[in-house]
Amino acid sequence: MEANNNWKAVCALADIPKLGSRVVRRAAGDDIALFRTETDAVFALTDRCPHKGGPLSQGLVVGEAVVCPLHGWAIQFSDGHACAPDEGCTGKHPVKVVDGVVWLSPV
Amino acid sequence: MDRKKLVLIGNGMAGVRALEELFALVPDAYDVTVFGAEPHPNYNRILLSPVLAGEQDFDDIVLNDLAWYAEHNIRLHLNCKVEQIDRENRVVRGQDGTEAPYDVAILATGSQPVILPVPGKELSGVLAYRDIADTQAMMDAAATGGDAVVIGGGLLGLEAANGLMKRGMKVTVVHLGRWLLERQLDETAGRLLEDSLAARGMDFCLEAQTESIVDDGAGRVAGVKLADGRFLPAKLVVMAVGIRPDTALAEAAGLACNRGVVVDDTLRTSDPSIYALGECANHRGVAYGLVAPLYEMAKVLAQHLAGPSEAAYQGSLLSTKLKVTGIELFSAGDFMGGEGCEDIVLSDPAAGLYKRLVIKDDKLVGACLYGDSADGGWYFKLMREGRELAETRDRLMFGEAFHLGDAGHQGMSRVAAMADGDEVCGCNGVCKGTIVKAIAEQGLMSVDAVKKHTKAASSCGSCTGLVEQILLNTLGSDFQESPKTRAVCGCTEHTHGEVRAAIRDRHLTTIPDVMRAMNWRTPNGCASCRPALNYYLVSTWPREAVDDPQSRFVNERVHANIQKDGTFSVIPQMKGGVTNADELRRIADVADKYQIPMVKVTGGQRIDLLGVKKDDLVNVWKDLGMKSGYAYGKSIRTVKTCVGSEFCRFGTQNSTQMGIDLETMLGRMWSPHKVKLAVSGCPRNCAESGIKDVGIIGVDSGWELYVGGNGGIKTEVAQFFVKVKTADEVREYAGAFLQLYREEGFYLERTVHYLARVGLEHAKAKVIDDAENRKALYERLLFSLDGLPDPWEERVEGAQQHEFKTLEVL
Ligand code: SRM
Ligand SMILES: Cc1cc2nc3c(=O)[nH]c(=O)nc-3n(C[C@H](O)[C@H](O)[C@H](O)COP(=O)(O)OP(=O)(O)OC[C@H]3O[C@@H](n4cnc5c(N)ncnc54)[C@H](O)[C@@H]3O)c2cc1C
Ligand code: SF4
Ligand code: FES
Repeated sequence: MEANNNWKAVCALADIPKLGSRVVRRAAGDDIALFRTETDAVFALTDRCPHKGGPLSQGLVVGEAVVCPLHGWAIQFSDGHACAPDEGCTGKHPVKVVDGVVWLSPV
Repeated sequence: MDRKKLVLIGNGMAGVRALEELFALVPDAYDVTVFGAEPHPNYNRILLSPVLAGEQDFDDIVLNDLAWYAEHNIRLHLNCKVEQIDRENRVVRGQDGTEAPYDVAILATGSQPVILPVPGKELSGVLAYRDIADTQAMMDAAATGGDAVVIGGGLLGLEAANGLMKRGMKVTVVHLGRWLLERQLDETAGRLLEDSLAARGMDFCLEAQTESIVDDGAGRVAGVKLADGRFLPAKLVVMAVGIRPDTALAEAAGLACNRGVVVDDTLRTSDPSIYALGECANHRGVAYGLVAPLYEMAKVLAQHLAGPSEAAYQGSLLSTKLKVTGIELFSAGDFMGGEGCEDIVLSDPAAGLYKRLVIKDDKLVGACLYGDSADGGWYFKLMREGRELAETRDRLMFGEAFHLGDAGHQGMSRVAAMADGDEVCGCNGVCKGTIVKAIAEQGLMSVDAVKKHTKAASSCGSCTGLVEQILLNTLGSDFQESPKTRAVCGCTEHTHGEVRAAIRDRHLTTIPDVMRAMNWRTPNGCASCRPALNYYLVSTWPREAVDDPQSRFVNERVHANIQKDGTFSVIPQMKGGVTNADELRRIADVADKYQIPMVKVTGGQRIDLLGVKKDDLVNVWKDLGMKSGYAYGKSIRTVKTCVGSEFCRFGTQNSTQMGIDLETMLGRMWSPHKVKLAVSGCPRNCAESGIKDVGIIGVDSGWELYVGGNGGIKTEVAQFFVKVKTADEVREYAGAFLQLYREEGFYLERTVHYLARVGLEHAKAKVIDDAENRKALYERLLFSLDGLPDPWEERVEGAQQHEFKTLEVL
C-alpha cells in the first residue's frame, strides 16, 4: 500500500453512512464500492460480485462483509473473497481515512 | 415471580418436544423443571440405529445440549428417576430425594422394552434395545466379534441385527411370526426382505419360539435354546419383542391407566393438572410407538399449556420405514385389506419389487411397498387426506410422476426416485447429488445449513420440501425440523415469537437495543435478522422506533426493484388499476426521456418501467409525478379490482371504488411479507379475490371477505372470513385483520402461513367476535399509517441524496 502513490481524496467519512456504502465511478474499469463498518473502518472493493456480477455497493453491510443483493453471497472486506461455503474473489483497493477524509488508491 | 410451575417427568423425545413447542408460543410463561432417568441431555432415540450401524456418532444425535436447558432456565435433574407423584401436595419426588412442586406436570416416560419371561433372561449379555446405554453395550460386545442372537424380527430387531452385523458379528434373528415385519408387511414383501437380508449374511429362524437362554456357567450368556430343540450359540442376545408403555409411576399415583396413561383429546390424564404424551400415553385406546404422533401431541399439548385453546389431538395415521441402508421399504395404514377392500398388486420378485395398494370406498386405505418406496410419501398423503380416487385409480400404481400435472409442488416424495443429476432447486441450479454430498460430507442437519452450503432453497423456497425430503432420506431417520431450529437466524437462539415479545414487553426501539437485550452473537446481525428486527420495531412502535435504512434490503432502501444487471424497475401506484390519459402521457414521456428499455403491464394491473439506471431514479420519479407503488417492499402491493357495478351487467357492488378506497387507506403499509388485495363485483371473481391475502367479493346483500389466499409459489385458496354490509365495515374488518397480521406475523410469513400457525379461529376471535378489539386494531393501523410520507416524494425533495449520487470519476 505504501509504494502506491496515486492516493485520491474521494469524500468525507461522514458521506458514507454507517453500515452503508458509496460508489466511486472510474473513467476506465469497474466501479469501486466504499463501505463503512459500525466501527468506522472503511474498505474498498470492486463493485462486482464474483458470483454473477451483482453490485456489491447495494448490499447489506454486516460486520466486516457485505451481502450481495442479488443472491446473497457474503464478500469479506479483508481480502475481497467470498465467505465459505461460496468461492470467488473480487478486487480490493487500498483505502485510508485521514482526519475524516477518505483516500482511495485504485489498483 | 409467580410463574406457574411446570414439571416434566421424562427427558425424552416427546416431553422435550412439548417444551420446545411451548417456548415457541410463550417463552417465559412457566418455571420449568425436568427429570430424566438417563444421564444424557435429550437425544434423538430413533438415530440409535444409524449409531449402532456405525453411520453416526452419539454426539450427532443430541437434540438439545445442556446449554439449551440453561438458556431456557430449566432446572434439569439428570440421572434422577422420579419415584413418586404426590398429587395431594402437588410435589414430584426423585429417587435421590429431590423434590419439585408443580402446578402442572407432564408425564413423558416413554416405554419399557418387553422382556420375555424365559429362564436366563437376567444373564449378563442379554440386552434390550432402547437407549444409549443399550447401544453402547452392543457396540462393546460387537468389538470382539462373535455370535449374536436377536429375538424379534420387527423394525427394532432388524435394525439391531443389521447394526451388529455391520460391526462384524454373526447374527441370527429368531422370530415367532411366519415372516419378518408381519405388522408392517404382507407375506410376499416379508419374503423379499428376508431374501435380501439373508444375501447380506443375516440368518433367520422363523416360526421359532425361544425356550430359554443358556448360562455359560459363569453367569454369562452362552446361547439360546428354541422350543424345537435347536441351540443357537451366542455371546450377546438382544430382545426386541415389543414395548410396553411405562406407566409404573402413573399407576402408583392412582392415575387411570390401561395399556398406557389414559388421556383425552387435550392430552389430560384423569387428574386435570397432569398431562401425558408420547409412548407412555393411551389416546382413544391407542398407545403409539413412533415419533410422528408424539410430535403432533406435543403441538396440541403446548397450545393448551400456553393458554385456553380448542386444539384437539385426533389420533394419527402411521407410516413406517426400515432404517437399514440400502433397503427400501414403506408401509402405512391397513395394508392387509380384508372385508370390503380391494387390492391392487404389482409383483416382480425377480426384480425385487413389490407394491400393494388397498382401496376401500374409492379411497386409498393402505400401502405396502418393497424395493421402491419413492411414492410412499405420496400414497401416505392420499390416505391422510382421504382423497377420492375416481379416475386416478387406473394410474395409482404408477405413482406420483403420473399425477404431477395436478399436483404442482405438492409432490414431495419424488426425491428418492431422483437421479443425482436431477435439478432440485430451479432458481440456483442445484442438483440432488450436490445436496446429498454436502449433507454427508459436512454433516448438515437442517434445511438452513443446506441453504447456506448449497444455495438450494435459498431463493424462492419452493423446493424447501424437496430439500427436507433429501435430508430425511440421507440422514436415514424421521428427520423433522424442530421449533428450536426455527430461530430467527444463526445470530441468535431466539425465535421470531420471542423477539417480537421482547420488543413489545421491554419497549425496545432500536436494533442495537434488541441485540443487546437478547444477547445477539454477532456485532450487527446479518442480512436475515436485521430486516426482520427493523420491521418488528417499526410495526410495534410506530412513530417512535426509527426506521433504519441500512437494515433494509436494497429494494426497500431505494424504493425500486433491483434487476439482474443492477438497474432498477419503477412501478408507480395506479390505485385499483385505474389510470388516465394524463398519467399515461407522463409515463410515455419518461420512457422516452430516460431511454427505458421496457415498459410492461404487470400482473398487478399497473405499469412497470424496467431497466432504469440508479442515477436516474430520482429524476424519473420527479417527472412521473406519481406515488410509489411499493412493488418492491414487504408491504402493501396492489388492490386489484374488476369493473364492477358501474359498467358490468353482473356487478352487484362498486368494486373499483372499493379497491381504490382500500389502496388509499393502506398505502405505505409495511407488513411481515407483501400483502395483496383484490375486490370483485360479484362471485364470478374477475379480480381473483380467491387467491389474495384479503379478497373481497361483492354480493347483492353486501361484501364477503376472504383471507389467507396466495397466488405465488404454492397456490392457496383464501378462506371465508366474514360477511358485512357496508363499505365502512369492509375497511374496518380488512384493516383489523391486517393489523393483527402486522402485530403477530413473523417476518417473511405471508398471511396464509401466519394463519396456518395461529389458526383461522384465532383471527376470527380477535377480529370478528370481539368488536372492541377489532376497533382497537383498526385504530392502531390508522395510527401507524397516518402521516407516513410517500418515499418517492421525499427523495425528490432531497432526502438521503447520497444514496443516488455516484462519487468523483477517477
Ligand atoms: C413485475 C411482476 C411481474 C410482471 O411483470 O407482471 C413481478 C415481478 C417480481 N416478482 Fe412477482 N411480480 C408480479 C406479480 C406477481 C403476482 C401476481 C399478482 O400480484 O397478482 C404473484 C402471485 C400472487 C401472490 O403474490 O400471491 C407474484 C408472486 C411472486 C412471488 C411468490 C410470493 C409467494 O408468497 O409465494 C415472489 C417471491 C417473493 O416475494 O418472495 C415474487 C417476486 C417478484 C420479484 C420482486 C423478484 C425479485 O425479488 O426480484 C420480481 C421482480 C422482477 C423485476 O426484476 O423487477 N413474485 N408476483 C408483477 C408485479 C405486480 C405489481 O404490479 O406489483
Ligand atoms: C432403536 C430405536 C429406533 C427407533 N426408530 C424409530 C423410527 O425410525 N421412527 C420412529 O418414528 N420411531 C422410532 N423409534 C421409536 C421412538 O424413538 C419413540 O417413539 C420415541 O422416542 C418415544 O418418545 P417418548 O418421549 O415417548 O419416550 P422416550 O424417548 O423413550 O423418552 C422417555 C424418557 O423418560 C425417561 N423416564 C422414564 N421414566 C422416568 C421416570 N420415572 N423419571 C424420570 N425419567 C423417566 C426415560 O429414561 C426416557 O429417557 C425407535 C426407537 C428405538 C429404541
Ligand atoms: S418476474 Fe416473477 S415469475 Fe418472472 S422470473 Fe421474476 S420472480 Fe420469476
Ligand atoms: S451476483 Fe452476487 S450473489 Fe449472485
